[in-house]
Amino acid sequence: MNTINGAPTTACPENEVSRLRQFFLALGSSLRSFGSTIRRLCASRVALISMIILVFWLLMSIVGPVIAPYSPTKHDLGARFQAPTLQHIFGTDRYGRDEFSRIVVGSRSVFLLSASSTLLSLLIGTFVGLLSGYVGGALDELIMRFTDILMSFPSLLFAMLMLGIMGPSFIGVVIVIAIVFFPRIARVVRSVVLDLKTKEFVEAAKVRGESALYIMFVEIFPNTLGPLGVEAAVRFGYAIFTSASLGFLGLGVQPPTPDWGLMMSDAQAYITTAPWMAVFPALAIASLTVAVNFLSDAIRKLENGDL
Amino acid sequence: MVRYLLKRLLLILVSLFAASIIIFLITEIIPGDVAQMILGQNVTPDALAALRERLGLMNPAYVRYAHWIGGVLSGNLGDSLSMQGVGIADLIVRRGRNSLFLAAASTILLVPLSLLMGVVAGLKEDKWPDSVISTISLIAISLPEFISATFLMLVFSVWLKWLPAASSINSDVSLFRQLTLLILPVTTVSLVLLGYVARMVRASVIESSRSNYARSAILKGLPPRLVNTRHILKNALLPSVTIIAMNIGWLFGGIIIVESVFGFPGLGSLVLFAIQQRDVPLIEDVVLLMAAAYLVLNLLADIVYALLNPRIRY
Repeated sequence: MNTINGAPTTACPENEVSRLRQFFLALGSSLRSFGSTIRRLCASRVALISMIILVFWLLMSIVGPVIAPYSPTKHDLGARFQAPTLQHIFGTDRYGRDEFSRIVVGSRSVFLLSASSTLLSLLIGTFVGLLSGYVGGALDELIMRFTDILMSFPSLLFAMLMLGIMGPSFIGVVIVIAIVFFPRIARVVRSVVLDLKTKEFVEAAKVRGESALYIMFVEIFPNTLGPLGVEAAVRFGYAIFTSASLGFLGLGVQPPTPDWGLMMSDAQAYITTAPWMAVFPALAIASLTVAVNFLSDAIRKLENGDL
Repeated sequence: MVRYLLKRLLLILVSLFAASIIIFLITEIIPGDVAQMILGQNVTPDALAALRERLGLMNPAYVRYAHWIGGVLSGNLGDSLSMQGVGIADLIVRRGRNSLFLAAASTILLVPLSLLMGVVAGLKEDKWPDSVISTISLIAISLPEFISATFLMLVFSVWLKWLPAASSINSDVSLFRQLTLLILPVTTVSLVLLGYVARMVRASVIESSRSNYARSAILKGLPPRLVNTRHILKNALLPSVTIIAMNIGWLFGGIIIVESVFGFPGLGSLVLFAIQQRDVPLIEDVVLLMAAAYLVLNLLADIVYALLNPRIRY
């Protein structure tokens, strides 16, 4: 039977090359289907608007520091608590920092945090799901019970506990969100694997004497990309949600780095006297999370054939 | 049923045991020394050693774990480190009452409203009531609690000045004023769940209305009203008990955020405070309590589901 390390002894270099080629062919076809997904999404008005908002913030996160008219961290005590004017279109905060510049520059940490935590959880989730589904048996049972325990703990409480104890840091937020998210991704991948495990093409690969790793990643993995893509989009939305919430609680990005969640918690004390401090970062977070959720909803419908 | 209940209770005990170990291990990795943290930098080594002795910090980890769990089981939760002389049990009872009230009020608001929204959207699939409800619920689940709380505060407290922005409850305040203090926190806590449950209920109504039994009910000439109430809704509403229960985890997270936004004196703001102060005994007790409450609520939901569903008999 297949073992993870049991590469067939007959494998010659030529064979390895053709395998790599096959892997990239599979990857290429999934990339092409990604392109057609984007094209079909553009047909839906809501999805199109959401994509425009997402791309807008993505651009901001790249060119933000260039566009920002002021330094996002420099204090200007002569310009504290200024309501929006032409000089400071979103007003200033309690240290006289320009809110517009802070929002524009702060978009970077939002994307870096949520994208890297989603990616990490996808990596762990996919690997665990493939392993659990393909190997099955006691290992599967063990992994599933472990994910049960992880999922039965309120996720924000768990994240707060970990970050509060270890001390907040960028890497910490990424790791904690990945730990909280990967069980669901593993479940999605596992269910696809269980469905495909008995199909002819997997049997054929076994008969050819392919290794378990080859079957898992080259034969089965490309077929999980559809449901995985849907799950990734949903998780990305939750990652923005969760990392912003952690930032708000002071457990995410630390000052003076501009961060939307942090700006919101700064604004709480002045909500009646300087409401602009809360309004603009709130709109920024809301626009991004709403856009990502509408987009992932559209992707899900597309994948299920409802759009 | 009794057998099933016993099995579930046993499972809860096992999960709680696992949770207690995880909590204990996490608090073990706190950098620095708790005794040093309490006394500060300017302290004699003797005083430090004495406090370490008193707190039992010199003992190996398993002894401290046993000490903690033994205390919890015998109802002795110990004292808070950051608030000298304050009993944790006392604190938890006081704060827990407030949180329980917040959670109960949110659930009472949430359950009928989300069911109504989901049912209407599901029965009117792809017509305008569905579009409106689906859009609203998708927006509701997209907004983090501190964002929706801020929007609500900006509109109702800052702009319209109808409701107070902060909600520090104490017994001196009149009952009416207490209620107005609760409106915004309760609305915020319910919002995300409202959207989520409404969407799930909608999906389950649609699934049920496409089923064979619904089609045969229509084809045998039953009036649409009866098909909807007797065949579709009866089957579609059952899973919503589970859906609501599954999302209690969200309610916990939401309560932590909402309590810290509004300055509401509940368990959520207590656990945040404990984590910020690195008050280990307080963290351990409150988090364990929250995990226990979560598991028990899930069990209750499963029992309700089994009682409602005639197909399930244990």
